[in-house]
Amino acid sequence: MSQAAQGRDRHHADTAPGDAQRDGHDLAQGVRSYLIGLGLAVLLTAVSFFVAGTSLVWQPSIPVALFVLAIAQMGVHLVFFLHITTGPDNVNNVMALAFGVLIVILLIAGSLWIMSHLNHNMLPMDRLMQMQR
Amino acid sequence: MLGKLTWAAIPLDQPIPLVASGVVGLVLVGVLGLIVVKGWLPYLWREWITSVDHKRIGIMYCLLALVMLLRGFSDALLMRSQQALAYQAPGFLPPEHYNQVFSAHGTLMIFFVSMPFVIGLMNFAVPLQLGIRDVAFPTLNSVSFWLTATGALLVNISLVVGEFARTGWLPYPPLSELTYSPGVGVDYYLWALQISGVGTLMSGINLVTTILKIHAPGMTYLRMPMFCWTSLASNLLIVAAFPILTATLAMLLLDRYLGFHFFTNEAGGNAMMFMNLIWAWGHPEVYILILPAFGVFSEVVSTFSQKPLFGYRSMVGATMVICVLAFSVWLHHFFTMGAGGDVNAIFGILSMIIAVPTGVKVFNWLFTMYGGRVTFAPPMLWAVGFMVTFVIGGMTGVLLAVPPADFVLHNSLFLVAHFHNVVIGGVLFGAFAGYTYWFPKAFGFRLDERLGKWSFWCWIGGFYLAFMPLYVLGLIGMTRRMQHYDVAAWRPWLLIAGVGALLILAGIILQVAQLVISIRNRESLRDLTGDPWNGRSLEWATASPPPAFNFAVLPEVAGEEAYWSIKERAREQAQAEEELSYAEIEMPRNSPTGFICAFFATVMGFALIWHIWWMVALGAAGAFATFVVFAWRNRSEYVIPAAEVARVDRAYRAARRKAYADLQAAQ
Repeated sequence: MSQAAQGRDRHHADTAPGDAQRDGHDLAQGVRSYLIGLGLAVLLTAVSFFVAGTSLVWQPSIPVALFVLAIAQMGVHLVFFLHITTGPDNVNNVMALAFGVLIVILLIAGSLWIMSHLNHNMLPMDRLMQMQR
Repeated sequence: MLGKLTWAAIPLDQPIPLVASGVVGLVLVGVLGLIVVKGWLPYLWREWITSVDHKRIGIMYCLLALVMLLRGFSDALLMRSQQALAYQAPGFLPPEHYNQVFSAHGTLMIFFVSMPFVIGLMNFAVPLQLGIRDVAFPTLNSVSFWLTATGALLVNISLVVGEFARTGWLPYPPLSELTYSPGVGVDYYLWALQISGVGTLMSGINLVTTILKIHAPGMTYLRMPMFCWTSLASNLLIVAAFPILTATLAMLLLDRYLGFHFFTNEAGGNAMMFMNLIWAWGHPEVYILILPAFGVFSEVVSTFSQKPLFGYRSMVGATMVICVLAFSVWLHHFFTMGAGGDVNAIFGILSMIIAVPTGVKVFNWLFTMYGGRVTFAPPMLWAVGFMVTFVIGGMTGVLLAVPPADFVLHNSLFLVAHFHNVVIGGVLFGAFAGYTYWFPKAFGFRLDERLGKWSFWCWIGGFYLAFMPLYVLGLIGMTRRMQHYDVAAWRPWLLIAGVGALLILAGIILQVAQLVISIRNRESLRDLTGDPWNGRSLEWATASPPPAFNFAVLPEVAGEEAYWSIKERAREQAQAEEELSYAEIEMPRNSPTGFICAFFATVMGFALIWHIWWMVALGAAGAFATFVVFAWRNRSEYVIPAAEVARVDRAYRAARRKAYADLQAAQ
């Protein structure tokens, strides 16, 4: 085997998620995983709609329940559709996910914190406009 | 039929923009005419416009940046001369035109000079340094470039048709809202940036994928040259930060086009949220620009000190720390907004902390030079000039990061001096270092060294003359963006700054002369070895200019400084070169997709600015159709037969052997 071909093989050893089994002998397993994911996603969606309209649980806990269900939904998507695993070939994807989550948290939490302090210290614009009338 | 577009959009009553656009138009028509008459059009179309070769695209990015630098710098000259003249006088620029000039200057210099320059250098050098044949998505790369060019074109069209924003380089609401900016200026800004932003984001994804996924055999992450690491960090920041810019500008667009109230004064809008979001992108942006420049300096300092980079791993660590911390300091751009002491203190401290990894890097470069055999070729001059200048800029930055000091200095010329100090002294010097360093690799001949040195001294002298007075002016109370003034004490400093701008002009003229003279003398400046600087990384292991496939046989990497160790091994064993076994190579075919997509994007952007809705539909349909045609393509690659690869590579090796033999004979 030439050096170039060896190089190409090494690239392919590091495949993108979802490209792992191209030869098709694991096709059934792949389809099964997608079906499980679809089932879980549908289930979580249905439960969210059910919880939103129900009187079975304590009313103030409903937003928390919806929040938890939404995070579970994200988890299902990541595992079954985006194929994030803990395997060694998945380090890049996990790192990218962690970086993305970190940035989103920094941005959202930072913005909320800054804006709440701002609104506390400065008169919000709409109140200012009312005072001018 | 044509929306808001009427003959009134052409500034027939204003001589300065009319003459300027007339001259630009004449030059453009002249260049196009020359190309058509000389019959270069088929060559340009085949070899450049439709090229998906990362080297060609990188060169085109750099060319775009250099051309836009001329436009942005002429805006700078206008501002300097206006301020030199406008002491108790109106000067020659009316306020509405002056405001457009400083807005266009900032927009062009950040988005269409600095960004294309660093992206161009990364595009050119990263695949070569990794020892691979192209980036991960070659056609996407071409689309990215042409969309960036679309943005630059739209900004320049605003010179002739309509007007540009008068809001500064970041269009703060409520000034940028429809109530206060009813013209098309802000729309030009917004659509130019939205379209080129798509290109930047795609190029970021492309380079992150390339650096993480595609390497020459043996090129592990911790063997990558420093420039690849800083490129990785910079592109991670692009992928994470540019969506924030796109979303923020999209909200402003909704305000302006569909009557939304994200940032308006009325109906619950909050203009402060715009400052918050735009700087959540804006601060990572400064690191997007400076990190690749740090990478260039790392390569240049190590090569011209003939020593490995000192503290390679600490350098990698510092780069990645900056990459994360870049997202935690954005409030220091609006300390005075009123978020209060607690918030300001936290962000002030974080801003000082982020100076630490940068300090680590400066010490690493100094220790690399220490004990090395330093040669002061032009790239090294830029690097040393950078180290001195950037440290001054960094220190004034730390000063501005102290909230009480910022309350005194914000919005003054001290701030203007600070960010020019880091952007010119850091990003631009880095870009010029990279340009002179990789030019022989890209074209096979060096740039004239004498003119390069003169241009460097003009630039650095001009920089200090032009911007040190601005620090003083800021401290004695001059605010930025003043069209005229009547404080006698400011005038001498502004005159000195004007002289500095003229010295920089001399530097730019020398750079143009350097390019022209070097092209004319290319035979005497020719480099046949492919390794004119005695380089250490893999881009120097192939011919200059490299063949389309970069490497005839992918190099085997056995440690850090891949090419240096290959040369060491060859020298120790003193053996004849082994005969390589060549294989055929598959390369991506050229594609006009990028150019056609960008053509339709230009049509669409222009139509959106002027509310020509049928043309918007036409542009969108055209761009989508281009994508569909590309997606349905049958053949995406062509094969270079092994015999051809062998012929090209043997010719290069023979030329290199002869060049080295000639060198030895000369000694």
